[in-house]
Amino acid sequence: MTADADVNTSPALAPDGLVMGKDGLAALVDVLIRHGFTVVGPTVRDGVIVLAELRSADELPYGWGVELEAGRYRLRERTDGAAFAHAAGPQSWKPFLHPPRVRQWSADRTEDGLVLTADQPAPPRCAFLGVRPCDLRAIAVQDRVLTGGAYRDPGYEGRRSGALLIVVECTEPGATCFCVSMDTGPAAGPGYDLVMTEVVDEYGHRFWIRSGSPEGSAILAELPTRPADPETREAARAGVADAADRMGRTMPEADLRELMAGTLDAPRWDDVAGRCLTCGNCTMVCPTCFCTTTEDVTDLTGDHAERWQLWDSCFDLDFSQLHGGPVRASSRGRYRQWMTHKLGTWYDQFGSSGCVGCGRCIVWCPVGIDITEEAAALHDWTHSRAPDEGSGPP
Amino acid sequence: MATEPAPPSPDLRPTLAVWKFASCDGCQLTLLDCEDELLGLADRVRIDHFLEMTSAEGGADGQRGRLEGRGPYDLSLVEGSITTTDDAERIRHVRRVSRYVVTIGACATAGGIQALCDFADIEEFLAAVYARPEYISTLETSTPISAHVPVDFELRGCPIDRRQLLEVITAYLAGRKPRIPSHSVCFECKRRGTTCITVAHGTPCLGPVTHAGCGAICPAYGRGCYGCFGPSNQPNLRSMVAQLHHDGMSERDIQRVFRTFNATSPEHAPVPELAAEECHSSRTGTEIRPERPA
Ligand code: SF4
Ligand code: SF4
Ligand code: SF4
Ligand code: SF4
Repeated sequence: MTADADVNTSPALAPDGLVMGKDGLAALVDVLIRHGFTVVGPTVRDGVIVLAELRSADELPYGWGVELEAGRYRLRERTDGAAFAHAAGPQSWKPFLHPPRVRQWSADRTEDGLVLTADQPAPPRCAFLGVRPCDLRAIAVQDRVLTGGAYRDPGYEGRRSGALLIVVECTEPGATCFCVSMDTGPAAGPGYDLVMTEVVDEYGHRFWIRSGSPEGSAILAELPTRPADPETREAARAGVADAADRMGRTMPEADLRELMAGTLDAPRWDDVAGRCLTCGNCTMVCPTCFCTTTEDVTDLTGDHAERWQLWDSCFDLDFSQLHGGPVRASSRGRYRQWMTHKLGTWYDQFGSSGCVGCGRCIVWCPVGIDITEEAAALHDWTHSRAPDEGSGPP
Repeated sequence: MATEPAPPSPDLRPTLAVWKFASCDGCQLTLLDCEDELLGLADRVRIDHFLEMTSAEGGADGQRGRLEGRGPYDLSLVEGSITTTDDAERIRHVRRVSRYVVTIGACATAGGIQALCDFADIEEFLAAVYARPEYISTLETSTPISAHVPVDFELRGCPIDRRQLLEVITAYLAGRKPRIPSHSVCFECKRRGTTCITVAHGTPCLGPVTHAGCGAICPAYGRGCYGCFGPSNQPNLRSMVAQLHHDGMSERDIQRVFRTFNATSPEHAPVPELAAEECHSSRTGTEIRPERPA
C-alpha cells in the first residue's frame, strides 16, 4: 500500500487533505507516542481544561466546552461530544516551551577549583495536540523574541526545535476571544506540522486534516484516513467562518500602536490602576509575555551555587528596580507598561503585535480587567477631545 | 620531653541566637525542621542560644536557665511579639548583643494573632480567661519587634517557610541581601501551574494582596489564600475588598479575613472602612468590580 500512502501524505498530492474519525485521533496519539513524542494536549483537571501530558486520546475533553467572561471560567457540558470545542484555557503552551523555572547552571567549589556545570538536559520531544490558531501565532511571536535576535535562549531553542505543532482550528470561540481583531484566527496561519478542523454533524464526528511539513506528512501516513470529501471540507470551512462571526470581543478599529503612543496621559490609566491588583496574573497567562528574572542561590556551606531563571512580570515592583528605587513605582505606570508593550512598543521591538487576541488576560484577571475594554476607552478618549484640542498649547 | 599540646584553634564560626517572645514556637520549630540542612548549619555557625534546642546558658545542674544570653551574637532570629514590659526590656537587650536582628514570623513582624487584643478591652479578656486576673501582667497591645528596636530584616509567614529561612540565614552568612520577593502570592501560584480558584470556581482568595513566600500552598489545595504572610508591596485593598464581596463575602467576613495573623499590619487598617463602603452601597455591583452578565 506504499503507493496509496504516498498519495495520501504528500501535501502537494493531497491538496484537499484527508478525513479521519475519532479512531484517527486515537491513532494519532498512539503514533506520536510510538515516535517518541511526549504528547501534550487538553484534558479536564481541577474543573478546567488544562494542557497536560496525554497517554491516550481518551483523556481529551470530549463533550466539554467552556463559558468564559472577564475574571470567570466555567466548564460546560456539550451534547455533541466534540473534543476541541473550547477556547483558550488557563495555560498556553508557554509553560512547556518557556517554563516558569529553569536551572541554567550550577557551580561547585572543589579541591581542584571551581567547577561550573551548565544545565542542558536534552528536552523531551513534545507533540502539542490542539494548538489554537492564536496560540500558533503566539509561538511565532515568542520565537522572534527568544530566538530571533541577538539574545537567544538556548533552552527555548532546544525545546522549540523538537516540538511538533498540531493545530486545531477554532469553531467555538469564547466570549473573551478577539483573534479576528488581531488577525491570528480562527483559521490557522502558517507554521504547523498538522492542522485539523473538527466537524460534528448528522454525518458523524470527524476531522479534516492537512499536513504542513514533511514530519507532519509522515505522521499522517500512519493514520486511518480517507480522502477528504467536499461535504466535510465545506462543513469545516463553514464552521471556521462562522466562528469568525461570533467573536466575543473586538479591539477598536484603529492603529493600536498609534493609539497607545497617543494616549500615555489619558485619565483612563488612573481608572484602571484603581482596579488593578498588580498581581501579575495577566502576564503569566499571556502566551507571548517572555520576561524572566535571575535567581542565584547558594547553599549553607557556600560551596555550591545555582543560577535559576524564573518568570518575572512588569507588575512586580522589583522588575524596574534600579539604584534608588523602582522606575515604575505606581500601579498606573505598571499597567500602562503592560498594555502599551503588548499593543504598541512590541512593534518597535519585534515588528509585530505582542497580543494575539487569545483573551486569557481577560479571563484570568481576578478582577476582570479587559484589555479590549481599556483599549476602547482610550480610543473613545482620543475621539472625545475636540480636534483642535490636545495638539499644541492653546 | 613531651611536646606541648597545640593550643585549641579558636572557634571563628559566626554565632547564632534564637529568641522567643509571645508566640507559639512554630517558627522556631521551622528551624528544627530543616533536618537535612541542620548539620551543615551547625558546621557553619555556632548556635549559642536556642532554648527550644538546648538548655540555656547557665542552665546546668538543675539551675534555672537564665533567659538572657550574654552574647555577642552575629545573627539573632527573633520569634514572637512584645506583650509585656519585661519583654519590651528584653528585646532591647537582644538588640544590644546582636549584630543583625531578623524577625521570623507574623508575630514578630506584625504582632501576630494575639494582636487582636489591640481591638478589644484587655481587662475584659483577662477577666473572662483567667481565674485570678490579678496575677497577669500584660501590656494592652501586642506589637511587632520593629516597634521597639531597629530590625535588619523581617521574614513573613505564620509559620515561616523553611526554604526562606535557610535563604535568610545563608544570605547573612554570605554577607548578601536575602532574596525574598515582596510581590503577590499569585506569582507563585502561576509559576507553580495552579489553576486560579477565584476565576475557575469563584472561591475568595487573598493571593493578589498577600506577600509571596509560602509557594502558594492553599490554592494548590483548592482553598483561598487567607493572607498569613501579610500584605504584599502596595496592596490594592479597595479593589481586593470589592472582589471578595463579589465572590460572596459579607462585610463581617471581609473584616475577619484581614484580622487574622497580621491584624495590625498598617496596610490592613483601611479594610473595615472599605468593606463597609463596599457592602453597604445600594448598588448591586460597584464601579470597581461591576457585575458581569452570567
Ligand atoms: S495580551 Fe491578553 S489577549 Fe493578548 S495575547 Fe496576551 S493574554 Fe492573550
Ligand atoms: S508586558 Fe510586561 S511581562 Fe509581558 S513581555 Fe512586556 S514587559 Fe514583559
Ligand atoms: S490587570 Fe488584572 S491580572 Fe493583570 S495585574 Fe492587574 S489585576 Fe492582576
Ligand atoms: S488562586 Fe489566589 S493566589 Fe492563585 S492566582 Fe488566583 S487569586 Fe492569585
